[in-house]
Amino acid sequence: MAEVLFFIAGIGAVAGAVGTVGLRNPFYSVLALVFHLLCLAALFLLLNAEFVAAAQVVVYAGAVMVLYVFVVAYVGGSQAQLGPAVSPRMRLASGAVALFLFIELAIVFLGSGLKAIDSEGAPYEAGFGSPAAIGDLLLGDFLVPFEIASFLLLIAAVGAVTLARRRGGLAEDSDVVTPLDLVRRPTGTGTMAEAVGGRGAPHGAGTDPAGRDDTASTSGDTRETDGEA
Amino acid sequence: MSIGWYLAVSALIFSIGAGGVLVRRNPLVILLCLELMLNAANLALIAFARMHGNEEGHIFAITVMVVAACEVCIGLGLIVAMYRRRLPIDVDEMRELQG
Repeated sequence: MAEVLFFIAGIGAVAGAVGTVGLRNPFYSVLALVFHLLCLAALFLLLNAEFVAAAQVVVYAGAVMVLYVFVVAYVGGSQAQLGPAVSPRMRLASGAVALFLFIELAIVFLGSGLKAIDSEGAPYEAGFGSPAAIGDLLLGDFLVPFEIASFLLLIAAVGAVTLARRRGGLAEDSDVVTPLDLVRRPTGTGTMAEAVGGRGAPHGAGTDPAGRDDTASTSGDTRETDGEA
Repeated sequence: MSIGWYLAVSALIFSIGAGGVLVRRNPLVILLCLELMLNAANLALIAFARMHGNEEGHIFAITVMVVAACEVCIGLGLIVAMYRRRLPIDVDEMRELQG
């Protein structure tokens, strides 16, 4: 049974990898990678790594791939911008390098002289790779790497926000939001009091709502074009 | 199944990913191929963890997943920034830093 599952998952994983590399449309590449990740999670389960398999499905196939799908949808049909295709010679050389790498890795694994490589693995206690055991290790022996990894994630998130900011990066400070801006709401941005002409309403707001709408929409437009330019 | 089979699958996936990084020119697909290589390494780590009956390899694999998530985060941010500046989404065209 384990053999059958291994071959199904292994062939699926390799097929997903080939699809990721070979498919022309980046969107299909992402879908092939999702399939590959799911097959890999099955392999992890066969190796008694329950927690890692669950994390693989939830974090990788779930969250990270959604990020990819969004970026592919955003960047969209940029395939037309690509110049002439990779030359066949380059393609052949790349294939040769990959084949050489595979042979090299196979030699390393088979020639490593590890006796246990032909076995099914060491005997293990019940609960091997379970969330409880992994949590015990993460918050015990490996607490410092765990915390460093959390900091790394924070830094990456801040860096990504900075990178994907609007044109100009941090140098352009025209739209830097200060804490004061959060307190001081610009007039005409819509509260109930303004709508009924209450005390927060700007001058002439009650008589000329169309004009106010107009300025609001134009400012929205400039913002959008700025973002796209 | 013996551990050697898992290692063979891992080596195969790693080579496919490396070939993909060399062949493809869309940075998005190159990031996907990097994911393939990292996942192949993860498979090898977990196979060795099973071989030794020791869970510390699982921790290593989880750390690799965290680092991969960071890499994806930054890489996709770069691609979005490239797209916004109307730069070509093609790594062969992005060679200004080579001087």
